[in-house]
Amino acid sequence: MLGEVTLALLEGFWITFKLFALTLVFALPLGLVICFAAASRFKVLSAVMNFIIWIIRGTPLLLQLLIVYYGPGILLGSNIWGGGDAGRFTAALVSFVINYACYFAVIYRGGIQSVPQGQYEAGKVLGLNNHQIFRKIVLLQVIKRIIPPISNEIITLVKDTSLARVIAVYEVIWAGQTFIKSAGIIWPLFYTGVFYLVFSAFLTWLFNHIEKKLSYFE
Amino acid sequence: MALLEVNNIKKSFGKTEVLKDISFSMEKGEAVSIIGSSGSGKTTLLRCLNFLETPDAGTIRVGGEVLFDGSDKTRKSDEEIRRRRLHFGLVFQNFNLFPQYTALENITLAPKLAAKAAGVKNDEQIVETARSLLAQMGLSNRADNYPHQLSGGQQQRVAIARALALHPDILCFDEPTSALDPELTGEVLRVIRELAENHTTMIIVTHEMKFAHDVADKVIFMDDGYILEQGTPEDVFEHPHEERTRQFLSSYSKK
Repeated sequence: MLGEVTLALLEGFWITFKLFALTLVFALPLGLVICFAAASRFKVLSAVMNFIIWIIRGTPLLLQLLIVYYGPGILLGSNIWGGGDAGRFTAALVSFVINYACYFAVIYRGGIQSVPQGQYEAGKVLGLNNHQIFRKIVLLQVIKRIIPPISNEIITLVKDTSLARVIAVYEVIWAGQTFIKSAGIIWPLFYTGVFYLVFSAFLTWLFNHIEKKLSYFE
Repeated sequence: MALLEVNNIKKSFGKTEVLKDISFSMEKGEAVSIIGSSGSGKTTLLRCLNFLETPDAGTIRVGGEVLFDGSDKTRKSDEEIRRRRLHFGLVFQNFNLFPQYTALENITLAPKLAAKAAGVKNDEQIVETARSLLAQMGLSNRADNYPHQLSGGQQQRVAIARALALHPDILCFDEPTSALDPELTGEVLRVIRELAENHTTMIIVTHEMKFAHDVADKVIFMDDGYILEQGTPEDVFEHPHEERTRQFLSSYSKK
């Protein structure tokens, strides 16, 4: 029984992992775009971006999932996500990417602002151009500073993927839950916790490793 | 002809006039000390020379070339400002070394990037020069240390080497010892003194009066956005014309 359950849960966790990994692939760079847009000199752009950040950070991700999935159908009269598992997965992915990109944007902003003005000025008086100052001086300092909050956020994402269940994405919790109906047992649902634990333990180790790599400077 | 000519520089921040009308000149090989109380505009003047601030009016010439002209309102490209800025070097009060680079890398970063941009391949020579600069600063054994592994005095000496590596026409110091423990100021002042003896052209903003007196060929006393007095160290320190200068100097001698 354990083997059978484990296999079923692994299948569910594969969806969890795909949602997790794809969210990062899109949200990490999109966060940078949002960060720059929110700090833009074009007042309209920055106002719009900051408004979006406010909405996204101010409402539950669960609600955002429901709005992203059902909203277009209600507003446009057609389900833009397409039917079936793939459509629901895409809707979940889009929700996660938007949500996490906004959080990452705020973290990036904090990281960039934490680099002292003197670093930019030292670069300038040494004749570096803005691009070189960012790439050669500021970037690594920003990365070092944002690793702890980003890793926090990423570990939260592992667990947040379970929210996709609300629009019937067949992830690991859903997989565990089906055993209640099909076999009348609840322990597979509890067992899903182990999958989350193992995966976040791996991520914790990974980020500690990166932090250590960057500890050669202060 | 003077190496540096500064004429009628003015600079305001909002409603605060920080530089009201600054004119002075200096010769190649001279060391000029700028003294004055906090808020008199000394640092702003250095920042204007290094194009970290743009003056509202006035002109700055180096070797006859007009680097800044307040009446010329055309916008200069970043590239152009960058090129002009390289006539000056600046050593900051709080060093501003790049924490992720070793002492040696701090010095070689800008020259290497400049060489690469110019399509020249001479990294070995750049490293060689950086090492000899470190030796000159008494830091040969610190080349591979990161800034956080160095004392303030050592960091400031690396910063001086970093500025020198670009061979600026005029090296500016913005209160180079103000952020240092008293026992560490000596090693930095000693290095600057050696530079003066080798006729490095320098402008030094400092609160170290004895140092300003000893090291400078010329002393400028700034007060409230104006240059109130300038001349040889003897003129300014021993025979000041202005009551305000006397006041300022006596407040220091009492300490």
